[in-house]
This record gives sequence, structure tokens and C-alpha cells, in this order.
Amino acid sequence: MAEIQQKADSGKGGKKRAKKMSTRMDMTPMVDLAFLLLTFFMLTTTFSKPTVMQLNMPVKPKDQTEQTELKASDAFTVLLGENNKVYYYDGLLDYQTKPELQTTDYSANGIRKIILDRKQRNPGVVVMIKPEEKSTYKNMVDILDEMSITGQKKYALMSISDLDKGLLTDSGK
Amino acid sequence: MVDLAFLLVTFFMLTTKFAPAEELVVDTPASVSELRLPESHVIMISIDKDKRVFFGMDDLKAKADLLSRVGQQYGVSFNTDQNKKFTSIASFGVPVQQLPGLLDLETEQRKEFKQGGIPIDSTNNQLSAWVKAAQSASYAAFGKPAYIAIRGDGAADVPTVLRVIKLLQDDNINSFNLITDLEGKPSVAGN
Repeated sequence: MAEIQQKADSGKGGKKRAKKMSTRMDMTPMVDLAFLLLTFFMLTTTFSKPTVMQLNMPVKPKDQTEQTELKASDAFTVLLGENNKVYYYDGLLDYQTKPELQTTDYSANGIRKIILDRKQRNPGVVVMIKPEEKSTYKNMVDILDEMSITGQKKYALMSISDLDKGLLTDSGK
Repeated sequence: MVDLAFLLVTFFMLTTKFAPAEELVVDTPASVSELRLPESHVIMISIDKDKRVFFGMDDLKAKADLLSRVGQQYGVSFNTDQNKKFTSIASFGVPVQQLPGLLDLETEQRKEFKQGGIPIDSTNNQLSAWVKAAQSASYAAFGKPAYIAIRGDGAADVPTVLRVIKLLQDDNINSFNLITDLEGKPSVAGN
């Protein structure tokens, strides 16, 4: 590999000269190795840490009297159903009043538009997120993501109540 | 160019930290959040789609302390070899009673072994014990509590996730980091 220039011995008597060696060396193998190592370390390095989404749950109140009652006009409930469906209704649910349940999806024109619309109508709206048993964790992350996209600060992640379940079955969803 | 190549090699060699192989394959959902997970002091709770819960911690210094704390609580003792292996694994998902057995396995065998997840029932709630011990171990070693990160599979069911969150809330931990992919970008190999 290394180029060593050798002068052919002329053989015609005279003095014997020291062979002239070139000082240039072939560096190809070394560079190959260097790049191999470089590639290896580049691929094994954990460059970026995964991104995280902050979720702050309310601190458990010490006594119930500190809790403020949520007004029905401020309440907006989102139910996360199975098969990536989203159901929502305005107001609060109790035994007498049965709000109308509507269906939408997680697309930009779905729940995002509705939340933005509710926000515009009433800036004090509180979104209650209730994932149903059959919804997936992805649905939960998606809806929390929508909260940050729409800038909705007041929201709560709660577990689904029997009333909500009843509303779902009554509406045939 | 060769100089530069060697410079880069040196740089990567020095900065590289080998990521321990994850025991649990989890496909995290995407979000638009651009916050990054802190570099260190992270307690990682993984939840996969089969409702299994795994526990992991990245602080090697606090890990030995953590193991002895939990071992003491449940009356399980670990020898030096098991202790050493425990610091080298990223996460695990077996009840503490089975942990010595798991740690005795060779790395290859351990990958084959089907880990059933950490119990989170109300009667046998070991996850809280691990998190509590990890927080005290982290506090003892670094003077501050660790971050709690939840790494859930996109297909994991919500009741399990909410149950984990509720267990942590019972211990007055109210702030969580949900690990997600950056939206719109496919996940990169090696992360």
C-alpha cells in the first residue's frame, strides 16, 4: 500500500546510493478506522432526551369545605370513549338534567374547534376530562395536548362517574 | 479532515453514556410539548399495553440504597452480586419477592423471562413503596427528590394509568411528567 519509490539499481558499478524513501504514508486504513469509530459513537450516543408533558394534579384538599362549587354555566365535560371517539356536553349532569351528548373526534376540526368556541363564549369555562375505561392512554395524552394547544388553563382530569356512564349508554354510544 | 474526524471521535467517546437496554418496549404517544426530560434524577414508571407496570431509576448512586430500603421493608435480602446487577438494569417489573431470582438470571435469560409487572393492588401496593423509597434514597444522596416520569404506551388503558397517578397522589406527589414523542416527528432510533 505505502508508496515506496525504489530506484532500480542500475548495476553499472559506481557508488551505492542510499535508497530514497518517501515520507508520505498511506493513511487510508487509519481514516477508515476513525470514521468507523465516529459512526459507532454517533449512533450509540443518546443525544436528545425524550420530551415530556407536564401534568399537575390538584393537591388533595384537607377538608371539603374549602372546595368551591362549580357553576353549571362554566362546566364543559369531555368524555373519552373507545375507538378514538370524543363525547362532550355542556353544563353539569345530575339526576334531573340530562344534557345532550354530542360526538366528535381528535382532529383539528373536532374537539379543538369546540373547545376554542367554548372559550370564546365563556373565558371562565372549566373543562372536565373523563376518560372512559376503554379509552387508551393515547387519547388521554391527546386531549391534554389539546388543552395546551388551545391554551385552556382550567381543566381537570377525573375518573368517569356512573352518571356519565349512564348518559353514554342512554345515548346509545 | 482526519483531524476533525478524530476530534469528533474523541468528543463522542467522552460524551457518550451508554443507554441501558430498556426491558419494556413502550410506544409513547405524541404531543406538541417541547419540554425535555431532565438529564438525571428521574424515576421512570413505565406502563405497557398489557397493564404491566415497570419501575426504573437512573441514579446509580441512589439505587443500592433504594434496594436495601425496599428489601428491608419487605424482608427480602440481596447479596452483593444482586446489588451490582440491580444498578445495571434500567427497569424491572416483578414483585420484590421475585426480584432476587430475576437478578440471578444472566442478561440473556432475563430478556427471555416474562416479567409480570409490579403489583399495584390496594392489598399489595409495591409501587408506592418503591417510589417512596426512591424519593428518600434520592433525598439522602442528592438532597432533592427525583422527578417522576410516566412512560405509558399509547395503547395502554386509562384506568391503569389513572390508578398509578392516584397511588402517587396518595403519597402527595402531584406533579408528573408524561413522556411523549414530539408531534410530527417520527421517533429516532437510539432514543
